[in-house]
Amino acid sequence: MGLLSKKDSKLIMDPLADNNPITIQVLGICSALAITAQLKPSIVMAVSVLFVMGVGNVVISLLRNLIPSKIRIIVQLIVVATLVIIVDQVLKAFAYSLSKELSVFIGLIITNCIIMGRFEAFALGNKPWRSFLDGIGNAAGYGVILIIVGFFRELLGSGTLFGFPVLGNPVTKTGLYAIGYENNGFMVLPPMALIVVGIIIWVQRSKNKDLIEEN
Amino acid sequence: MEHLELFFKSIFVDNMVFAYFLGMCSYLAVSKKVSTAVGLGAAVIFVLTVTVPLNWLLDQYILQEGALTWLGPEYAEYDLSFLSFILFIATIATMVQLVEIVVEKFSPSLYNSLGIFLPLIAVNCAILGGSLFMQSREIETFGLALNYGFSSGIGWFLAILAIAAIREKIRYSNVPAPLRGLGITFIITGLMAIGFMSFGGMLTGGSEEKPSLDSDPESLGTQMEEKIESTETPEVSTLLTKN
Repeated sequence: MGLLSKKDSKLIMDPLADNNPITIQVLGICSALAITAQLKPSIVMAVSVLFVMGVGNVVISLLRNLIPSKIRIIVQLIVVATLVIIVDQVLKAFAYSLSKELSVFIGLIITNCIIMGRFEAFALGNKPWRSFLDGIGNAAGYGVILIIVGFFRELLGSGTLFGFPVLGNPVTKTGLYAIGYENNGFMVLPPMALIVVGIIIWVQRSKNKDLIEEN
Repeated sequence: MEHLELFFKSIFVDNMVFAYFLGMCSYLAVSKKVSTAVGLGAAVIFVLTVTVPLNWLLDQYILQEGALTWLGPEYAEYDLSFLSFILFIATIATMVQLVEIVVEKFSPSLYNSLGIFLPLIAVNCAILGGSLFMQSREIETFGLALNYGFSSGIGWFLAILAIAAIREKIRYSNVPAPLRGLGITFIITGLMAIGFMSFGGMLTGGSEEKPSLDSDPESLGTQMEEKIESTETPEVSTLLTKN
Protein backbone atom coordinates (compact mmCIF):
# COMPACT_ATOMS: atom_id res chain seq x y z
CA MET A 1 0.00 0.00 0.00
CA GLY A 2 1.36 3.37 -1.00
CA LEU A 3 -0.65 5.48 1.35
CA LEU A 4 -0.18 3.41 4.47
CA SER A 5 3.06 2.05 5.84
CA LYS A 6 3.15 -1.60 6.82
CA LYS A 7 2.74 -0.76 10.49
CA ASP A 8 -0.27 1.42 9.78
CA SER A 9 -2.08 -1.10 7.64
CA LYS A 10 -1.56 -3.66 10.40
CA LEU A 11 -3.55 -1.34 12.65
CA ILE A 12 -6.51 -1.71 10.34
CA MET A 13 -6.17 -5.35 9.37
CA ASP A 14 -5.48 -6.84 12.80
CA PRO A 15 -8.86 -6.11 14.39
CA LEU A 16 -10.62 -7.53 11.35
CA ALA A 17 -9.51 -11.07 12.12
CA ASP A 18 -6.99 -12.15 14.72
CA ASN A 19 -7.65 -9.42 17.20
CA ASN A 20 -11.33 -8.93 16.55
CA PRO A 21 -12.97 -6.74 19.19
CA ILE A 22 -16.00 -8.98 19.55
CA THR A 23 -14.72 -12.52 19.24
CA ILE A 24 -11.26 -12.08 20.77
CA GLN A 25 -11.19 -8.98 22.94
CA VAL A 26 -14.81 -9.49 24.13
CA LEU A 27 -15.66 -5.81 23.87
CA GLY A 28 -18.78 -4.08 22.70
CA ILE A 29 -21.17 -6.97 22.81
CA CYS A 30 -23.72 -4.99 24.78
CA SER A 31 -25.24 -2.96 22.03
CA ALA A 32 -24.25 -5.34 19.26
CA LEU A 33 -26.49 -8.34 19.59
CA ALA A 34 -29.92 -6.93 20.13
CA ILE A 35 -30.13 -5.21 16.77
CA THR A 36 -28.83 -7.97 14.53
CA ALA A 37 -32.14 -9.65 13.77
CA GLN A 38 -32.04 -7.95 10.36
CA LEU A 39 -29.30 -6.83 8.03
CA LYS A 40 -30.27 -3.19 7.66
CA PRO A 41 -30.11 -2.13 11.31
CA SER A 42 -26.87 -4.08 11.65
CA ILE A 43 -25.28 -2.05 8.88
CA VAL A 44 -26.60 1.23 10.24
CA MET A 45 -25.21 0.32 13.64
CA ALA A 46 -21.84 -0.62 12.13
CA VAL A 47 -21.62 2.68 10.25
CA SER A 48 -22.62 4.69 13.33
CA VAL A 49 -19.94 3.00 15.41
CA LEU A 50 -17.41 3.54 12.61
CA PHE A 51 -18.15 7.26 12.67
CA VAL A 52 -18.07 7.58 16.45
CA MET A 53 -14.88 5.52 16.79
CA GLY A 54 -13.00 7.29 14.02
CA VAL A 55 -13.82 10.82 15.10
CA GLY A 56 -13.70 10.04 18.82
CA ASN A 57 -10.26 8.47 18.64
CA VAL A 58 -8.90 11.51 16.82
CA VAL A 59 -10.44 13.95 19.30
CA ILE A 60 -9.15 12.05 22.33
CA SER A 61 -5.75 11.70 20.72
CA LEU A 62 -5.57 15.45 20.07
CA LEU A 63 -6.58 16.16 23.67
CA ARG A 64 -4.40 13.47 25.19
CA ASN A 65 -1.84 15.85 26.69
CA LEU A 66 -4.48 18.17 28.10
CA ILE A 67 -6.69 15.67 29.91
CA PRO A 68 -5.85 15.22 33.61
CA SER A 69 -5.72 11.49 34.17
CA LYS A 70 -8.07 11.61 37.17
CA ILE A 71 -11.06 12.84 35.23
CA ARG A 72 -10.26 11.20 31.90
CA ILE A 73 -13.22 8.82 32.05
CA ILE A 74 -15.68 11.67 32.32
CA VAL A 75 -13.96 13.55 29.49
CA GLN A 76 -14.10 10.43 27.31
CA LEU A 77 -17.77 9.93 28.11
CA ILE A 78 -18.57 13.52 27.18
CA VAL A 79 -16.75 13.21 23.85
CA VAL A 80 -18.56 9.98 22.97
CA ALA A 81 -21.91 11.28 24.15
CA THR A 82 -21.60 14.35 21.95
CA LEU A 83 -20.77 12.25 18.89
CA VAL A 84 -23.60 9.85 19.62
CA ILE A 85 -26.07 12.72 19.92
CA ILE A 86 -25.00 13.82 16.43
CA VAL A 87 -25.55 10.30 15.07
CA ASP A 88 -28.90 10.05 16.83
CA GLN A 89 -30.15 13.39 15.51
CA VAL A 90 -29.03 12.59 11.96
CA LEU A 91 -30.81 9.24 12.08
CA LYS A 92 -33.96 10.84 13.48
CA ALA A 93 -33.92 13.39 10.69
CA PHE A 94 -33.20 11.13 7.72
CA ALA A 95 -34.27 7.61 8.73
CA TYR A 96 -36.93 7.99 11.37
CA SER A 97 -38.40 4.49 11.22
CA LEU A 98 -34.94 2.97 11.48
CA SER A 99 -34.09 5.13 14.46
CA LYS A 100 -37.33 3.98 16.13
CA GLU A 101 -36.33 0.40 15.49
CA LEU A 102 -32.89 0.86 16.99
CA SER A 103 -34.53 2.68 19.94
CA VAL A 104 -32.19 2.92 22.90
CA PHE A 105 -29.37 1.03 21.27
CA ILE A 106 -28.00 4.07 19.46
CA GLY A 107 -27.74 5.74 22.85
CA LEU A 108 -25.98 2.70 24.17
CA ILE A 109 -23.09 3.25 21.77
CA ILE A 110 -21.90 5.63 24.51
CA THR A 111 -21.22 2.76 26.84
CA ASN A 112 -19.97 0.47 24.11
CA CYS A 113 -16.86 -0.98 25.67
CA ILE A 114 -14.93 -1.01 22.38
CA ILE A 115 -14.97 2.76 22.29
CA MET A 116 -13.86 3.31 25.87
CA GLY A 117 -11.42 0.44 25.55
CA ARG A 118 -9.70 1.87 22.47
CA PHE A 119 -9.65 5.37 23.97
CA GLU A 120 -7.91 4.03 27.04
CA ALA A 121 -5.61 1.59 25.35
CA PHE A 122 -4.67 3.44 22.19
CA ALA A 123 -5.83 7.01 21.65
CA LEU A 124 -4.46 8.27 24.97
CA GLY A 125 -0.94 7.27 23.94
CA ASN A 126 -0.74 7.74 20.19
CA LYS A 127 -0.75 10.40 17.50
CA PRO A 128 -4.06 11.36 15.79
CA TRP A 129 -3.46 9.62 12.43
CA ARG A 130 -2.56 6.28 13.99
CA SER A 131 -5.45 6.60 16.44
CA PHE A 132 -7.77 7.27 13.55
CA LEU A 133 -6.63 4.10 11.76
CA ASP A 134 -6.95 2.11 14.97
CA GLY A 135 -10.47 3.41 15.51
CA ILE A 136 -11.51 2.65 11.95
CA GLY A 137 -9.96 -0.82 12.12
CA ASN A 138 -11.66 -1.78 15.35
CA ALA A 139 -15.01 -0.41 14.31
CA ALA A 140 -14.71 -2.34 11.05
CA GLY A 141 -13.89 -5.54 12.94
CA TYR A 142 -16.99 -4.95 15.04
CA GLY A 143 -19.08 -4.14 11.99
CA VAL A 144 -18.01 -7.29 10.15
CA ILE A 145 -19.25 -9.53 12.94
CA LEU A 146 -22.46 -7.53 13.19
CA ILE A 147 -23.11 -7.89 9.46
CA ILE A 148 -22.34 -11.63 9.44
CA VAL A 149 -24.73 -12.21 12.33
CA GLY A 150 -27.37 -9.96 10.78
CA PHE A 151 -27.04 -11.72 7.43
CA PHE A 152 -27.58 -15.21 8.79
CA ARG A 153 -30.32 -14.24 11.21
CA GLU A 154 -32.34 -12.43 8.57
CA LEU A 155 -31.76 -15.04 5.87
CA LEU A 156 -32.59 -18.07 8.01
CA GLY A 157 -35.13 -16.35 10.20
CA SER A 158 -37.33 -14.61 7.68
CA GLY A 159 -35.91 -15.60 4.28
CA THR A 160 -35.22 -12.02 3.30
CA LEU A 161 -32.20 -9.73 2.88
CA PHE A 162 -32.65 -5.98 3.47
CA GLY A 163 -36.35 -6.84 3.59
CA PHE A 164 -36.43 -8.31 0.06
CA PRO A 165 -37.47 -11.96 -0.19
CA VAL A 166 -34.62 -14.04 -1.60
CA LEU A 167 -35.78 -17.57 -0.94
CA GLY A 168 -39.19 -17.27 -2.57
CA ASN A 169 -42.54 -16.48 -1.08
CA PRO A 170 -43.58 -18.49 2.00
CA VAL A 171 -47.29 -17.80 1.51
CA THR A 172 -47.68 -18.76 -2.15
CA LYS A 173 -45.00 -21.46 -1.83
CA THR A 174 -42.58 -20.44 -4.52
CA GLY A 175 -38.81 -20.88 -4.69
CA LEU A 176 -37.29 -22.92 -1.89
CA TYR A 177 -40.62 -23.04 -0.08
CA ALA A 178 -42.04 -25.12 -2.92
CA ILE A 179 -39.93 -28.07 -1.79
CA GLY A 180 -40.98 -27.79 1.82
CA TYR A 181 -38.46 -25.32 3.26
CA GLU A 182 -39.68 -23.37 6.28
CA ASN A 183 -38.33 -20.21 7.90
CA ASN A 184 -36.78 -20.79 11.28
CA GLY A 185 -38.66 -18.19 13.31
CA PHE A 186 -36.36 -18.87 16.21
CA MET A 187 -33.49 -17.10 14.47
CA VAL A 188 -35.08 -13.69 14.91
CA LEU A 189 -35.48 -14.10 18.67
CA PRO A 190 -32.78 -12.62 20.91
CA PRO A 191 -31.16 -15.83 22.22
CA MET A 192 -30.07 -16.93 18.76
CA ALA A 193 -27.80 -13.88 18.42
CA LEU A 194 -25.69 -15.26 21.22
CA ILE A 195 -25.60 -18.71 19.75
CA VAL A 196 -24.66 -17.41 16.28
CA VAL A 197 -21.79 -15.43 17.78
CA GLY A 198 -20.77 -18.53 19.72
CA ILE A 199 -20.63 -20.47 16.47
CA ILE A 200 -18.57 -17.72 14.77
CA ILE A 201 -16.10 -17.93 17.64
CA TRP A 202 -16.01 -21.69 17.27
CA VAL A 203 -15.27 -21.51 13.54
CA GLN A 204 -12.65 -18.80 13.95
CA ARG A 205 -10.80 -20.62 16.70
CA SER A 206 -10.85 -23.94 14.89
CA LYS A 207 -9.14 -22.24 11.96
CA ASN A 208 -6.56 -20.50 14.09
CA LYS A 209 -5.42 -22.74 16.93
CA ASP A 210 -3.38 -19.97 18.59
CA LEU A 211 -6.56 -18.30 19.74
CA ILE A 212 -7.79 -21.21 21.83
CA GLU A 213 -8.16 -20.27 25.48
CA GLU A 214 -6.75 -22.18 28.40
CA ASN A 215 -9.51 -23.38 30.60
CA MET B 1 -50.31 -4.41 42.03
CA GLU B 2 -48.73 -2.16 39.47
CA HIS B 3 -45.51 -2.23 41.46
CA LEU B 4 -45.52 -5.99 41.82
CA GLU B 5 -46.10 -6.44 38.12
CA LEU B 6 -43.27 -4.10 37.16
CA PHE B 7 -41.04 -5.82 39.70
CA PHE B 8 -41.46 -9.31 38.26
CA LYS B 9 -41.52 -8.06 34.70
CA SER B 10 -38.16 -6.34 35.01
CA ILE B 11 -36.55 -9.30 36.72
CA PHE B 12 -37.75 -12.12 34.53
CA VAL B 13 -39.50 -11.02 31.35
CA ASP B 14 -37.41 -7.99 30.44
CA ASN B 15 -34.23 -9.31 31.98
CA MET B 16 -31.39 -6.91 31.18
CA VAL B 17 -28.99 -9.63 30.11
CA PHE B 18 -31.20 -12.23 28.51
CA ALA B 19 -33.70 -10.06 26.70
CA TYR B 20 -31.62 -7.01 25.80
CA PHE B 21 -27.97 -8.08 26.14
CA LEU B 22 -27.19 -5.09 28.31
CA GLY B 23 -24.04 -5.17 30.39
CA MET B 24 -22.68 -8.09 28.45
CA CYS B 25 -19.06 -6.90 28.58
CA SER B 26 -18.71 -7.05 32.31
CA TYR B 27 -21.08 -10.01 32.40
CA LEU B 28 -18.61 -12.02 30.32
CA ALA B 29 -15.45 -10.60 31.81
CA VAL B 30 -16.22 -10.84 35.51
CA SER B 31 -18.16 -14.10 35.64
CA LYS B 32 -15.28 -16.51 36.19
CA LYS B 33 -15.79 -16.73 39.95
CA VAL B 34 -19.00 -16.60 41.97
CA SER B 35 -17.57 -14.34 44.67
CA THR B 36 -16.49 -11.59 42.28
CA ALA B 37 -19.75 -11.95 40.35
CA VAL B 38 -21.71 -11.33 43.55
CA GLY B 39 -19.65 -8.20 44.24
CA LEU B 40 -20.26 -6.75 40.81
CA GLY B 41 -23.92 -7.75 40.85
CA ALA B 42 -24.47 -6.01 44.18
CA ALA B 43 -22.76 -2.89 42.87
CA VAL B 44 -25.00 -2.90 39.79
CA ILE B 45 -28.17 -3.19 41.90
CA PHE B 46 -26.98 -0.34 44.06
CA VAL B 47 -26.03 2.03 41.25
CA LEU B 48 -29.18 1.28 39.21
CA THR B 49 -31.37 1.94 42.24
CA VAL B 50 -29.71 5.31 42.68
CA THR B 51 -29.37 6.49 39.08
CA VAL B 52 -32.70 5.49 37.52
CA PRO B 53 -34.88 7.58 39.88
CA LEU B 54 -32.37 10.43 39.66
CA ASN B 55 -32.49 10.41 35.90
CA TRP B 56 -36.27 10.15 36.11
CA LEU B 57 -36.30 13.45 37.98
CA LEU B 58 -33.99 15.02 35.40
CA ASP B 59 -36.15 13.72 32.59
CA GLN B 60 -39.35 14.91 34.20
CA TYR B 61 -38.25 18.38 35.25
CA ILE B 62 -35.61 19.36 32.70
CA LEU B 63 -35.50 17.27 29.55
CA GLN B 64 -39.03 16.45 28.41
CA GLU B 65 -40.98 18.69 26.12
CA GLY B 66 -42.66 21.27 28.32
CA ALA B 67 -40.81 20.05 31.40
CA LEU B 68 -39.39 23.47 32.12
CA THR B 69 -42.83 25.00 32.76
CA TRP B 70 -42.00 25.22 36.47
CA LEU B 71 -39.55 28.01 35.58
CA GLY B 72 -42.33 30.09 34.13
CA PRO B 73 -44.88 29.92 31.31
CA GLU B 74 -42.43 31.25 28.71
CA TYR B 75 -40.34 28.09 29.05
CA ALA B 76 -43.23 25.79 28.19
CA GLU B 77 -42.18 25.05 24.63
CA TYR B 78 -38.59 24.07 25.29
CA ASP B 79 -37.75 20.47 24.38
CA LEU B 80 -34.31 19.45 25.58
CA SER B 81 -34.69 15.71 25.11
CA PHE B 82 -31.80 15.60 22.63
CA LEU B 83 -29.52 16.36 25.57
CA SER B 84 -30.63 13.32 27.49
CA PHE B 85 -27.69 11.05 26.57
CA ILE B 86 -25.11 13.49 27.79
CA LEU B 87 -27.02 14.40 30.93
CA PHE B 88 -27.75 10.78 31.84
CA ILE B 89 -24.19 9.64 31.38
CA ALA B 90 -22.89 12.61 33.34
CA THR B 91 -25.25 11.78 36.21
CA ILE B 92 -24.14 8.18 36.15
CA ALA B 93 -20.43 8.98 36.11
CA THR B 94 -20.79 11.53 38.90
CA MET B 95 -22.98 9.25 41.01
CA VAL B 96 -20.52 6.41 40.67
CA GLN B 97 -17.66 8.64 41.81
CA LEU B 98 -19.75 10.00 44.65
CA VAL B 99 -20.88 6.59 45.80
CA GLU B 100 -17.30 5.39 45.72
CA ILE B 101 -16.13 8.27 47.92
CA VAL B 102 -19.01 7.90 50.38
CA VAL B 103 -18.65 4.14 50.68
CA GLU B 104 -14.91 4.42 51.16
CA LYS B 105 -15.39 6.92 53.96
CA PHE B 106 -18.17 5.24 55.90
CA SER B 107 -17.84 1.54 55.31
CA PRO B 108 -14.32 0.37 54.48
CA SER B 109 -15.37 -3.28 54.56
CA LEU B 110 -18.10 -2.72 51.98
CA TYR B 111 -15.61 -0.68 49.97
CA ASN B 112 -13.16 -3.55 49.94
CA SER B 113 -15.73 -5.96 48.59
CA LEU B 114 -17.53 -3.56 46.27
CA GLY B 115 -15.10 -0.74 45.63
CA ILE B 116 -12.98 -2.17 42.87
CA PHE B 117 -16.09 -2.77 40.78
CA LEU B 118 -17.51 0.71 41.03
CA PRO B 119 -15.32 2.38 38.38
CA LEU B 120 -16.17 -0.48 36.02
CA ILE B 121 -19.82 0.30 36.41
CA ALA B 122 -19.73 3.80 34.95
CA VAL B 123 -19.34 2.25 31.53
CA ASN B 124 -21.65 -0.72 32.07
CA CYS B 125 -24.36 -0.61 29.43
CA ALA B 126 -26.92 -1.95 31.88
CA ILE B 127 -26.78 1.26 33.88
CA LEU B 128 -27.26 3.66 30.98
CA GLY B 129 -29.70 1.18 29.44
CA GLY B 130 -31.80 1.29 32.61
CA SER B 131 -32.11 5.05 32.36
CA LEU B 132 -32.82 5.04 28.62
CA PHE B 133 -35.49 2.36 28.93
CA MET B 134 -37.01 4.29 31.81
CA GLN B 135 -37.25 7.26 29.46
CA SER B 136 -38.52 5.44 26.40
CA ARG B 137 -41.15 3.47 28.33
CA GLU B 138 -42.40 6.64 29.97
CA ILE B 139 -42.50 5.30 33.50
CA GLU B 140 -45.01 7.42 35.33
CA THR B 141 -44.11 7.96 38.96
CA PHE B 142 -40.98 8.32 41.01
CA GLY B 143 -41.86 5.20 42.98
CA LEU B 144 -42.17 3.13 39.82
CA ALA B 145 -38.83 4.44 38.57
CA LEU B 146 -37.19 3.44 41.85
CA ASN B 147 -38.84 0.04 41.60
CA TYR B 148 -37.70 -0.35 38.00
CA GLY B 149 -34.09 0.48 38.79
CA PHE B 150 -33.97 -1.89 41.74
CA SER B 151 -35.67 -4.81 40.06
CA SER B 152 -33.73 -4.66 36.82
CA GLY B 153 -30.61 -4.59 38.98
CA ILE B 154 -31.78 -7.79 40.62
CA GLY B 155 -32.38 -9.33 37.23
CA TRP B 156 -28.82 -8.55 36.18
CA PHE B 157 -27.50 -9.88 39.50
CA LEU B 158 -29.34 -13.18 39.01
CA ALA B 159 -27.99 -13.53 35.50
CA ILE B 160 -24.35 -13.02 36.42
CA LEU B 161 -24.68 -15.23 39.50
CA ALA B 162 -26.11 -18.05 37.40
CA ILE B 163 -23.49 -17.87 34.67
CA ALA B 164 -20.65 -17.65 37.21
CA ALA B 165 -21.88 -20.77 38.97
CA ILE B 166 -22.14 -22.61 35.67
CA ARG B 167 -18.69 -21.48 34.58
CA GLU B 168 -17.16 -22.70 37.83
CA LYS B 169 -18.59 -26.15 37.19
CA ILE B 170 -17.84 -26.23 33.50
CA ARG B 171 -14.12 -26.19 34.20
CA TYR B 172 -14.42 -29.88 35.02
CA SER B 173 -16.12 -30.80 31.77
CA ASN B 174 -14.54 -31.61 28.47
CA VAL B 175 -15.51 -28.73 26.20
CA PRO B 176 -14.27 -28.85 22.56
CA ALA B 177 -11.03 -26.85 22.50
CA PRO B 178 -12.07 -24.00 20.16
CA LEU B 179 -15.19 -23.38 22.22
CA ARG B 180 -13.39 -23.20 25.55
CA GLY B 181 -13.86 -20.02 27.52
CA LEU B 182 -15.70 -17.41 25.54
CA GLY B 183 -17.45 -19.60 22.98
CA ILE B 184 -19.17 -21.90 25.41
CA THR B 185 -20.14 -18.97 27.62
CA PHE B 186 -21.95 -17.38 24.70
CA ILE B 187 -23.81 -20.55 23.89
CA ILE B 188 -24.78 -21.18 27.52
CA THR B 189 -26.05 -17.61 27.79
CA GLY B 190 -28.09 -18.23 24.67
CA LEU B 191 -29.61 -21.34 26.16
CA MET B 192 -30.35 -19.53 29.42
CA ALA B 193 -32.01 -16.78 27.43
CA ILE B 194 -34.23 -19.37 25.76
CA GLY B 195 -35.11 -20.60 29.23
CA PHE B 196 -35.97 -17.10 30.37
CA MET B 197 -38.26 -16.66 27.37
CA SER B 198 -40.62 -19.07 29.06
CA PHE B 199 -41.35 -16.33 31.59
CA GLY B 200 -42.74 -14.29 28.71
CA GLY B 201 -46.33 -15.36 29.22
CA MET B 202 -46.15 -15.05 32.98
CA LEU B 203 -47.76 -11.63 33.24
CA THR B 204 -50.11 -11.69 30.28
CA GLY B 205 -51.31 -15.28 30.11
CA GLY B 206 -52.59 -15.56 33.69
CA SER B 207 -56.26 -16.41 34.17
CA GLU B 208 -56.74 -13.40 36.44
CA GLU B 209 -56.11 -10.89 33.71
CA LYS B 210 -57.83 -12.63 30.86
CA PRO B 211 -61.42 -11.47 31.43
CA SER B 212 -60.42 -7.84 31.55
CA LEU B 213 -58.46 -8.30 28.35
CA ASP B 214 -61.31 -9.97 26.50
CA SER B 215 -63.87 -7.42 27.61
CA ASP B 216 -61.69 -4.51 26.60
CA PRO B 217 -60.32 -4.90 23.10
CA GLU B 218 -58.52 -1.60 23.25
CA SER B 219 -56.37 -2.61 26.19
CA LEU B 220 -55.59 -5.84 24.37
CA GLY B 221 -54.43 -3.77 21.44
CA THR B 222 -52.13 -1.63 23.56
CA GLN B 223 -50.80 -4.71 25.32
CA MET B 224 -50.05 -6.28 22.01
CA GLU B 225 -48.37 -3.10 20.86
CA GLU B 226 -46.23 -3.09 23.96
CA LYS B 227 -45.25 -6.63 23.26
CA ILE B 228 -44.34 -5.75 19.70
CA GLU B 229 -42.33 -2.78 20.79
CA SER B 230 -40.41 -4.80 23.30
CA THR B 231 -39.30 -7.30 20.71
CA GLU B 232 -37.15 -5.73 18.10
CA THR B 233 -38.39 -7.02 14.78
CA PRO B 234 -41.57 -7.02 12.77
CA GLU B 235 -41.06 -10.75 12.14
CA VAL B 236 -41.44 -11.52 15.81
CA SER B 237 -44.60 -9.53 16.01
CA THR B 238 -46.13 -11.36 13.09
CA LEU B 239 -45.16 -14.61 14.77
CA LEU B 240 -46.92 -13.45 17.90
CA THR B 241 -50.08 -12.49 16.12
CA LYS B 242 -50.15 -15.77 14.23
CA ASN B 243 -50.08 -17.66 17.47
